[in-house]
Amino acid sequence: MDDILNTGNVPYISEASVSVEIETEDMTLNIGPQHPSTHGVLRLVAKVDGEKISSVEPVLGYMHRGYEKLAEVRTYPQITTLVNRIDWVSGFANEIPFIAATEKLMEIEAPERAKHIRLILTEMARIASHFVFNGAYALEIGALTPIFLAMEDRERILDLIESVTGGRFHPNFNRIGGVKPAAGSGPTTKKNVQDLPAGFYQETRDAMEKVLEAVERMEDLVGGNEVFKARTKGVGIISKELAEEYGVSGPILRASGVKFDLRTQTDFLPYDKFEYEIPVGENGDCYDRWYVRLLEMRESAKIILQAIDSMPSGPLQTKVPKVIKVPKGRSYVRTENPKGEMGYYVISEGGLGPYRLKIRTPSFSNISILPVLLEGQLLPDLIAIMGSLDFVLGDVDR
Amino acid sequence: MIDGSQILVTAGIVLAFALNGAVIFTILDVKGASWMQRRPGPLHVGLRGFIFPLAEIIKFFQKEDITPTNVDAPVFKWAPAYVLASVFGLFVVVPISPTLVGSDLELGVFYLLAISSLSTLGVLTAGWSSANKYSLMGGIRAAGQLIAYELPLILSVVGVVIQAETMSLVGIVEKQIEFGLPFALSGQGLAFLIFMIAATAEMMRVPFDMPIGESELVSGFLTEYSGVRFLIFYIAEYMNMFVLCAVASTLFLGGYHVPLLPPEWVNFYGPVVLITKTVLLGFILVLVRWSFPRFREDQLQNLAWKVLIPLSLLNILITSIMKVVF
Repeated sequence: MDDILNTGNVPYISEASVSVEIETEDMTLNIGPQHPSTHGVLRLVAKVDGEKISSVEPVLGYMHRGYEKLAEVRTYPQITTLVNRIDWVSGFANEIPFIAATEKLMEIEAPERAKHIRLILTEMARIASHFVFNGAYALEIGALTPIFLAMEDRERILDLIESVTGGRFHPNFNRIGGVKPAAGSGPTTKKNVQDLPAGFYQETRDAMEKVLEAVERMEDLVGGNEVFKARTKGVGIISKELAEEYGVSGPILRASGVKFDLRTQTDFLPYDKFEYEIPVGENGDCYDRWYVRLLEMRESAKIILQAIDSMPSGPLQTKVPKVIKVPKGRSYVRTENPKGEMGYYVISEGGLGPYRLKIRTPSFSNISILPVLLEGQLLPDLIAIMGSLDFVLGDVDR
Repeated sequence: MIDGSQILVTAGIVLAFALNGAVIFTILDVKGASWMQRRPGPLHVGLRGFIFPLAEIIKFFQKEDITPTNVDAPVFKWAPAYVLASVFGLFVVVPISPTLVGSDLELGVFYLLAISSLSTLGVLTAGWSSANKYSLMGGIRAAGQLIAYELPLILSVVGVVIQAETMSLVGIVEKQIEFGLPFALSGQGLAFLIFMIAATAEMMRVPFDMPIGESELVSGFLTEYSGVRFLIFYIAEYMNMFVLCAVASTLFLGGYHVPLLPPEWVNFYGPVVLITKTVLLGFILVLVRWSFPRFREDQLQNLAWKVLIPLSLLNILITSIMKVVF
């Protein structure tokens, strides 16, 4: 014992220090493609030091279905069937920009009534999509109850969409120059034009009341929860500058404090006729992203109620040739999808189908911010941040 | 004198009590969930949902018991049994009446607190031996959580021990009968609250279910388990929930005693009273579970070290002063 103390290297015990550095290395953790919180088949290759993430790399393409290529060998009316399936949570909203781009090339315009119906269904798709987000986000944070309530509430909206279009997820309802004569309203005669199903207005009013109730309840159950606040406030902050640099759009951009909503700029759908507010966040954290979407549901319900009250009468379609040929040219139309900015770039060579179709999807651009946002975060925060971006893998990979 | 057959009979009765507790709490949890979430299944199907636990057990027996290739097989296979055994050990000292108790130890509280932290070792080994990164993280989270909640759990009980002047659980109940009020209403209310929070963390239930965390760690240490071994973990979880609620009602709510009933009949109504109190506490846990999200691991550590431990120390201080003054 004396020998050890008197070696002379360490004169005083108090000056001794542990000189051995424990060698540690980061563990590679594959999050996905099969993971309950990656919304499908996103894969994140994360380097983690304990619970802390040192770097993360998203790996995409597990769900690539080649819709841009498939569109080249299809006619214009057939393509609406494809684009339904890009973001399946809000199928109807996907059709709108494509139809708008095509109609712009053909220089035709849908009748007012068709435009109103398109608007109502788009807003319904937005509500349905945000319901899914609300439920799923709470589930990812760890609360199990909200998703059951949200799914039940969403079902009412899907029922309404189904009663008009015949499909819950894939309505395939838009036609170039108008909308499809609605299902469930009997055969077309000269006197009886196929239109919205009987009782649709009243059912919609009831459903929107329920949506407003559900939003209140969600605000209480999830937003008022201290644990939820602790998990989301101040987590995953996207500053205004960062959001603009990375081209994120939709509710994520607005949560960062940028008041930018394509609904105010588009003339394709008659949004300018209605009064609504654009909710904007302050901090750009996960809580704001959740809250902006919740408020948007309320505004969407208000828009739908106004649209129901001011529904114009008239035909559902303009005159279009039986075989649709689009004149040579190019057009790009972008609209406000529930998840952000969605755009279609159509290049026509004058044939039955497009020469090239480029699809700009919101989720793909939105998750490009993930590596920056996730660096240095904890693993539970990764889930919270990823969930708050609200992406759909079909929308990322298309 | 205690002979072998008496030990066997006692163990059998305690085991039956423990399994019944697990079944009661499974029904309570599932029915609470479906009531809050408007799920028709467990409320209306099959004798109003009461045969649900039976169906659950049969389901798990039908499934294949998979042992993945790279796991540390002996540890992996024995970890569930270890967890179950350590939870079962807790039941031995819980009195359901002054005489109906597995073993009324002099150091009952001490034994209880020592045994209750053993199950974490089983969880840690389950996570470690699974050869899965998610399981490993779950196991380590469980171990980290143990350090956080074990101290407030112990410190909150110290107040009760000081007030009761005994560590025997029967003695603690008798003291409350003598005093006329349960400890939760006579000085240990704060300790009761701290105990329940720490016990929730010990049970790994929402909002402290980070070691399981299905949306983060894909069920953590349970990821690789299936079939009967998963069922054992499942039963152990509910048994643990039951016994901790029973302990809480014994320490703080007067256990098997209820006023106005004749004390000489306590062997008959004691079990009913205790189980009723336990179920009421369990119902609160069910409400919490189905309405709260999950904390982050560091938030639990903050809560434990900066709030619960100082509060429980304060509780001990106040209890000691009151004890000296009166």
